[in-house]
Amino acid sequence: MINSSLKELSAALARKKTSAVELATLFLDRIEKLNPSLNAFVTTDREKALAMARVADASGKVGAGDTPLAGIPLAHKDIFMTSGWRTTCGSKMLSNFIAPYDATVVEKFKVAGMVTLGKLNMDEFAMGSSNETSFYGPVKNPWDTARVPGGSSGGSAAAVAARLAPAATGTDTGGSIRQPAALCGLTGLKPTYGVVSRYGMIAFASSLDQGGPMAKSAEDCALLLNTMAGFDPRDSTSLERPAEDYARDLEKPLQGLRIGLPKEFFGEGMDADVRAAVEAALAEYRKLGATMVEVNLPNSGLSVPAYYVIAPAEASSNLSRFDGVRYGHRAPDYADLDDMYSKSRAQGFGEEVKRRILIGTYVLSHGYYDAYYLQAQKIRRLIANDFVAAFKSCDVIMGPTAPSVAFRFGDKSADPVQMYLSDIYTIAVNLAGLPGMSIPCGFGNADMPVGLQIVGPWFGEAKMLNIAHRYQLVTDWHIRQPGGLP
Amino acid sequence: MSLTLDDVRRIARLARLDVSAAEVDTTRDQLNGILSFIEQLQSVDTTGIEPMAHAVDVVQRLRPDVATEPDRREAFQAIAPETEAGLYLVPKVIE
Repeated sequence: MINSSLKELSAALARKKTSAVELATLFLDRIEKLNPSLNAFVTTDREKALAMARVADASGKVGAGDTPLAGIPLAHKDIFMTSGWRTTCGSKMLSNFIAPYDATVVEKFKVAGMVTLGKLNMDEFAMGSSNETSFYGPVKNPWDTARVPGGSSGGSAAAVAARLAPAATGTDTGGSIRQPAALCGLTGLKPTYGVVSRYGMIAFASSLDQGGPMAKSAEDCALLLNTMAGFDPRDSTSLERPAEDYARDLEKPLQGLRIGLPKEFFGEGMDADVRAAVEAALAEYRKLGATMVEVNLPNSGLSVPAYYVIAPAEASSNLSRFDGVRYGHRAPDYADLDDMYSKSRAQGFGEEVKRRILIGTYVLSHGYYDAYYLQAQKIRRLIANDFVAAFKSCDVIMGPTAPSVAFRFGDKSADPVQMYLSDIYTIAVNLAGLPGMSIPCGFGNADMPVGLQIVGPWFGEAKMLNIAHRYQLVTDWHIRQPGGLP
Repeated sequence: MSLTLDDVRRIARLARLDVSAAEVDTTRDQLNGILSFIEQLQSVDTTGIEPMAHAVDVVQRLRPDVATEPDRREAFQAIAPETEAGLYLVPKVIE
């Protein structure tokens, strides 16, 4: 059961081979046993989970055509507000914060009858690529616990990889779904900006943040996205589009598919083991009928520096809400109101979050705004234009998700800029607002998983899921699981 | 350009983040490391390029001017550090 696809779980539930309570219990028991060594979950609540499972079992939603996921458990990244559950965002600032309402994503899964197993560890306020910035300690990669799971959705990736949950939610501002999916051997999808509601998703960089599914396969991700996506009037950037069935094209043959290979993604900077796995995947796609087209993304090299102006600028503004007045940490001792703000924030935020707030404050400050922030926004336009031009000659773009396999704890944490470069292939996609996904495509050094990145044009999710699914029909990388776990 | 210790103190003050005397040197060095990394943006010619604030061009939606949120004062104040009589308490700002 722990290795079953969502479709298989759905069928088992429909045929009464199992129940929502039985499934929740199975996964809760695994979490209890394995989480102490992985630290993927920050919060679990057996009673709440089982209560939801009982409701699902009694609801009539299980086995119904319009609620195919009813009765199946999942876990949420701790960035999503979950009514009545502690929601920490990986921060000390919110260590005592009980969410007073549900994020739209959480609500949608609830309405669909899915059962919440718990809340998943993450880099603090989603700022990090290794999970080492979490106040609750780093998540361990189930493939090798001396290595990072990636970030910021590292808890989501580790939980699904270790089969502590059949699926998880994640969020991606600069690669936070795709990079941990790659490092833990999962399938993860960051939808087009505006497809998934950001309501109740604690904001990091609002013009870049997007929620998405993390699961074992493209098919699972399609089913999850069907529930997650949709217009939400409570999110001012939510897009008003007709509902889509993201699974509609899964089986379509790939004959004639044009895959764009940006030469900037295949230059220096990618480790040889990653290159070998990615090239083997491309060879597989040729066998499936695809042709390769060389494309150029000449400004993609500027994406990481542009991101480290734009994202901190937005973060410094978003995180100003944490002032110790209405919720979150308040310093025990202070001289006056200003001192209370400054001390509460200094105590509540970790080092990386503080660095980004300071950088963001600086680039937005008087006299520097044009030189940094406006210039970065213009470069963002150049980066987006590159993609528009590239998609004139190809249907999707492929390349590595991350430049290396999962690195060891401490390898990059001393130098912020080195850590930032972990997202060198993923960040441009967020700046352009495009959908991006990562699928497992082999193993590299130390037998660690490698991810293949697929980038589509705006609203290309169904096509990308089709492309990923056809590959997963002829390969088995996505069903491999970490050894050494029961 | 690179930041001085005074710059760091000024930015920290703007951000309402207490940076202790012990942290200020390291903070300056790390911020300068990041700033020198983003400095490369300055050499790009962006004449005539429209800044891109958002991934998709959307206009702010308007909605009918009717209340949609119920009064949830109690629930929201239950998670506040300090409240009294339905108000959030902060240190006195006017003597």
